[in-house]
Amino acid sequence: MSLPESPATLAADSILEDQPSEAMATRRTLGVGFWIAIGWIVLIVLAAILAPYLGLKDPDENYINRDLGRPPYPPSSEFWFGTDNDAKDVFSRTIYGARVSLVVGFAAIACGMVVGGTLGLLAGYLRGWFDRVISFVFLVLLSFPALVLAILITALLDRSLRTVAGTLGFLSIAPVGRLARATTIQFSEREFVLASRTLGAKHGRIMVRELLPNVLIPMGALALLGVAVAIVAEGALAFLGLSVEQELSWGKLILFGSGSRDLQEAPWISMGPILILFLTVLALNFAGDRVREYFDVREVSL
Amino acid sequence: MSGQQHSTQLQSDGRVPDGTLLEVTDLTTHFRTERGLVRAVDGVTFSLARGKALGVVGESGSGKTVLSRTIMGLLPSNAVNSGSVRFAGQEVLGLDAKQMRHLWGREMSMIFQNPMVSLNPLMKIGKQIQEPLHIHLGLDGRAARETAEQLLREVHIPEPTKRLDQYPHELSGGMRQRVMIAIAMACGPTLLFADEPTTALDVTVQAQILELIGEQRRERNMSVILVTHDLGVVAGHTDEIAVMYGGRLVEKAPTRELFANMKMPYTKSLMRSIPKLDDPSHTRLLTIPGRPPDLVNPPKGCRFAPRCAYARDKCLQEEPPLVTADTSPDHVYACWYPVGSPEFRERDAEIMATITTGVELGGTR
Repeated sequence: MSLPESPATLAADSILEDQPSEAMATRRTLGVGFWIAIGWIVLIVLAAILAPYLGLKDPDENYINRDLGRPPYPPSSEFWFGTDNDAKDVFSRTIYGARVSLVVGFAAIACGMVVGGTLGLLAGYLRGWFDRVISFVFLVLLSFPALVLAILITALLDRSLRTVAGTLGFLSIAPVGRLARATTIQFSEREFVLASRTLGAKHGRIMVRELLPNVLIPMGALALLGVAVAIVAEGALAFLGLSVEQELSWGKLILFGSGSRDLQEAPWISMGPILILFLTVLALNFAGDRVREYFDVREVSL
Repeated sequence: MSGQQHSTQLQSDGRVPDGTLLEVTDLTTHFRTERGLVRAVDGVTFSLARGKALGVVGESGSGKTVLSRTIMGLLPSNAVNSGSVRFAGQEVLGLDAKQMRHLWGREMSMIFQNPMVSLNPLMKIGKQIQEPLHIHLGLDGRAARETAEQLLREVHIPEPTKRLDQYPHELSGGMRQRVMIAIAMACGPTLLFADEPTTALDVTVQAQILELIGEQRRERNMSVILVTHDLGVVAGHTDEIAVMYGGRLVEKAPTRELFANMKMPYTKSLMRSIPKLDDPSHTRLLTIPGRPPDLVNPPKGCRFAPRCAYARDKCLQEEPPLVTADTSPDHVYACWYPVGSPEFRERDAEIMATITTGVELGGTR
């Protein structure tokens, strides 16, 4: 072979070998733990939605039983999580309480995803003055103590489900938005975005078709973690007596069972909702982490 | 309708006639940065005929990538242009993104260095090929899918029907670059920029990709600007080669003429830095000492002079103009003491003597 015709650069990287990487793609899975976590979340969500049809005890009924003496009654085959001081069934109340906790958790993050995600995507793609303004707003929101802001809003407005979910949603805008912005900037510099431009795609098309799907993956992982944080935050608000007034929530149930005498003599009143809350938050965190790891690995191989 | 038919349509419309397709005159691109004005491209002039391939060769930082992006109008907002870029007789320098969008993908396309990152990892191959078809030709659904499949077949991808529904990570590097070429070809462009299209690929695949680009060029009567740092890459696949150094065009000639009679010591150094297959093993590669010039404060005189083993005082003081070589009217170079001149021969003899005595070749200053 004569010299000029021989391409002289050697691509030594083994990733670049001319072999399809199908084997690598199939070896990675989300793992059994992920599906157990998702299964638990689905179970809790279904239970919350279908609560009235599950044949549960009435959460507001006093099941006083003369044979058992004075309530609270400890956990038994009849009262799985025991009853509280008014002989109300803790298990049934926990399931009904899931409704508010989950609605607040998911609604808050949905709100954060839509508003924060849109602002972050626009800021990360357009840059310039718009990015500077949005980034500053995110910074201001983040620097405000979240709980104080939540207390302020619920104290000033009402304590309806909508206000509580909205408040937590408002608080999730900045962290979600910042992630969306950072991911957008990272992907905007990838050549496939430039390639799309050189094919004549308009900005809107690039943002929706090229960037949004890529940005949604890390946002989805964050959303699962965010739901967990929002559920805990609702619990904290409830514990301070600032959550939804009318209905039950996990936080409120824990509050009801956390008098010092109850904790000593009838710990099951708070332990039931604590257990469910703990498992749900754990499952959400675990699932979120696994999603993030799963797609991180994929990034490396690309 | 295939992309090829589309391009011939344009031709019969008279929009993009044969003859000169691209005329670049005294083009400069400067970037305003905190350190000062970076003169990335400084007074470059060349023209390219329809159906021809031009190789733009130079080290990193020589301005070759900025040159192609300037012509395509893909520069960041801190860039300042002057000069003229005429595409099919129309001035395109200074057009904004909105006006350029009609040319992008349709008249001018670009393929990139690393096919690993130039495809959207979350979109199926078929969808990605259909993007430009949708944007420029309004093709959708079945027609778009069939055209996409046809394009994959044209770039010799086996089992094109199956590939349409695969994701980029399921394809190898060479295959992905073929997909990139299919996407770039989708609307039958008249000018293709290939920015180091084979650098990220395996050596055996490199040759196939270059062959494919050449084949598409001939079939579609398309012009190609092949940007690379590797003279070996451009040798067999271009009609003309332009060598850039420090933002300037330092030598330009038809490919055959350039390899036969290269005038710039820089071009010669690039040639010498390619490993030869018939060299004994463990032969030390000849490198060009030093670094490309700082484009904020380019050296006075010839920009290559500080690294040139053949430079003399005049080279450091006065900038050589582009002059026509005596060997061919199409051969221009910028050098005071070109390869073959008495001064060059004298210095070359000295250098060869030092190499054979085992002293490493280094810059004289």
